[in-house]
Amino acid sequence: MLRKIRIAVAVAVIAILTFGFIDFAGFIDNPLLQKIQFGPALLSLSIVTLVCLIAATLLLGRLYCSVICPLGIFQDFFNWLSKKFDKKKKYGFKPEKPWLRWGVLAVLIIAWLLGFTFLVGLVEPYSAYGRMADELFRPVYLFGNNLLAAISEKTGSYRFFKVLISLKSISAFVVAVLTLLVIGHLSYHHGRTWCNTICPVGTLLGFFSRFSLLRIRIDKDKCNHCLACQRKCKAYCIDSANQQIDYSRCIDCFDCIDSCRQKAISFGLAPKKSQSQTVDESKRQFLKSSLVIAALAPAAIEAKVTGRKDDRVPMSPPGSKSHKNLLQHCTACHLCVSKCPSHVLKPAGMEYGLGGLMQPVMKFDDGYCNYDCNLCSQVCPAGAIRPLTVEEKHRTQPGRVVFNKDICVVNVNRTSCGACAEHCPVQAIHMVPFEGGLTIPETTPDLCVGCGGCEYICPVKAVHIEGNPVHLEAKAPEQDTNIQTDDFDFGF
Amino acid sequence: MSLFPDKNYTLAHSYITNHCFFTAIIMDRRDFLKTLAAAGALVTVKTSGMMDVMASTVPSGSQAPASDNADLAAVMNGEPADMLEAAMKELGGIGRFIKKGDKIVIKPNIGWDRTPELAGNTNPDLLTALIKMCQDAGAAEIKVFDHTCDNWSRCYDHSGIEAAVKKAGATMVYAHERSSYQQVDIPNAKTLKSAEIHKAIIECDKWINVPVLKNHGGALMTCAMKNHMGIVWDRRAFHSRGLHQCIADVCTYKPAVLHIVDAYRTLATNGPQGRSASDVVLTKALFASADIVAVDTAAGKFFTNINKSIKFEDIEHIPDAQKLGLGTMDLDAINVKRIRL
Repeated sequence: MLRKIRIAVAVAVIAILTFGFIDFAGFIDNPLLQKIQFGPALLSLSIVTLVCLIAATLLLGRLYCSVICPLGIFQDFFNWLSKKFDKKKKYGFKPEKPWLRWGVLAVLIIAWLLGFTFLVGLVEPYSAYGRMADELFRPVYLFGNNLLAAISEKTGSYRFFKVLISLKSISAFVVAVLTLLVIGHLSYHHGRTWCNTICPVGTLLGFFSRFSLLRIRIDKDKCNHCLACQRKCKAYCIDSANQQIDYSRCIDCFDCIDSCRQKAISFGLAPKKSQSQTVDESKRQFLKSSLVIAALAPAAIEAKVTGRKDDRVPMSPPGSKSHKNLLQHCTACHLCVSKCPSHVLKPAGMEYGLGGLMQPVMKFDDGYCNYDCNLCSQVCPAGAIRPLTVEEKHRTQPGRVVFNKDICVVNVNRTSCGACAEHCPVQAIHMVPFEGGLTIPETTPDLCVGCGGCEYICPVKAVHIEGNPVHLEAKAPEQDTNIQTDDFDFGF
Repeated sequence: MSLFPDKNYTLAHSYITNHCFFTAIIMDRRDFLKTLAAAGALVTVKTSGMMDVMASTVPSGSQAPASDNADLAAVMNGEPADMLEAAMKELGGIGRFIKKGDKIVIKPNIGWDRTPELAGNTNPDLLTALIKMCQDAGAAEIKVFDHTCDNWSRCYDHSGIEAAVKKAGATMVYAHERSSYQQVDIPNAKTLKSAEIHKAIIECDKWINVPVLKNHGGALMTCAMKNHMGIVWDRRAFHSRGLHQCIADVCTYKPAVLHIVDAYRTLATNGPQGRSASDVVLTKALFASADIVAVDTAAGKFFTNINKSIKFEDIEHIPDAQKLGLGTMDLDAINVKRIRL
């Protein structure tokens, strides 16, 4: 029964979560399940979310890993698939590998402190799944939609519309494919090994689930050591011979409960006699060394931020405040990338340096940032892009316009253009008289909101936006109109 | 990063150049001359065909107007629907321009993510009235679209146009995807010999151009001619190859049977987007004509009367269009009706 409830909830959760990533039509503009993910909550220090998740773990164990974490649910899918093909599939018991779990966690903490947030995002389970959803599942969904739109258009209906399918970033695509292969392989053959060796969220929640109030219990009197539960356990955490369970690895999948013919396994209050909880010496060592490096970290982050190899300063999304803030908080889940209606946000290559690989960067190849849109700032679960109201966004300057008169078509071809000024929502570019009755762009960078409309439309890229490493406030446009509205005539 | 940055422009461009190049080498000289002659004849036929269309709807200045029907109607002081009705009455009714069973396209300006009060786009009430008028005239199908500048779904939504069109029973067509466009030759063009035009325009029997009158940073004023930017896919090519000539060229592809200029609210400054309601003047006017140059002339004079910092003489694309034979700027030579409601 518990198992069936777990499966039903998990299926619903992953369906809603995934839809949040692939939904292009704006059915869900503000996906909520994305906001209760442990990894992003930790990086954004969302105390409420963290306290709730830890409290839930102390109460119920690592249920999070079975019904909230999309990567966990995704692995269960492969696991289920493997059982369809191999009816006799058996697991067993394997001792915990604390040095690996805590070692990975320590490395990640060090990497984060040194500004290599990329590594954290790479293995953070929600973000790893998000990238797969955005880079791999989304195009499939869009393709299906486009097919539907093409068919309906043939019948004269314009109910469905086609959408742009583009490869947003080669690195993010490759990473998503590799994630799929690694996770797929591991979960198909080795159950939840990923969650109990590599996954930093698994390690952290595992630390708390040791003390959980409710847990899987083996009734030692009823148990006849048949090993059925152990064979079913995809977390390899039941030592049936000794009637022991490693609660740091148990993910509350409840598969064992149904497997026991003696009805010796149940989910309930922990026995009064608490198990001895010795903390490994290795764990201590890792935590100590992490703390030492934490003290040295700030300088290293500074070095990372400034150590870019690109002559153009990249633009981080409005609300991200600065490259440094983005670097510290973003796990590259790509929710903002998938939600951006104008295809402006793309996973970064080396724009922010290696540490910021795959974090969102504004690029104006396929569109420009809509003046009145603040979606990315609303959806970010990690606090990397802080929420902005539309009014606040109007005054945020993530980058400034730069005009290169030498290659402007007005100057070079002596032809009229003005496309840049036309696209500027704040008149940071306006046209001023030029030779022979022509007009040529003139910029007022203080007004610029860095939307990139000018850069997108310019036929020769004579205007572009140069990012502000720390975002500035845009000057408010003056509201002046000297139009007499009382007397006018046809004029001809 | 897109896989092929700028692919639209380069592909179209290389297609044209390669095609011509290939044709030139495989032919010997005699064949080439024959082809040239044939092509010339074809162009002539097509040109005269187009001129017939123009002539039938736009009596030239030298001829005395054959009927009482006005060539240009200018209306002020009314609501959009009332002004449209008054203007069409003067022009001889919508039946002069479209016939029963015609497949019609109405092309408003929906370029910007702006609400109707900010006058960045054509007034939705005017479109509602026009759709009703076309339905009453027996139009078999009415499609409405624009290739927007801002994000298309926000434009369609916030302009109020999608809702108005659907409510009126016409079809809102998408124009944000390249597959909605088709490469066509523009035989009478000087620069833009070929362009990707929206299929709705290519396939329709007749289309009606419904621009909104606005200030424009580059062209000083935007109206009926510049509204043609919204029927093509690759606007960047326009800007790099000479904006005004390309607009004039695309106007020759398949001239709209009627141009109805919405000047109910006029964006007088900071166009074509405007920054706030303070850029907008409630002018309550409407101009309608089958002559695109005449209607832009009338609208231009009206506009420069509102925003006196702009001189009508400085709006160069209107005389340019007259030189290309797209219509007349001489409002005294045609039958102009001025109505105040």
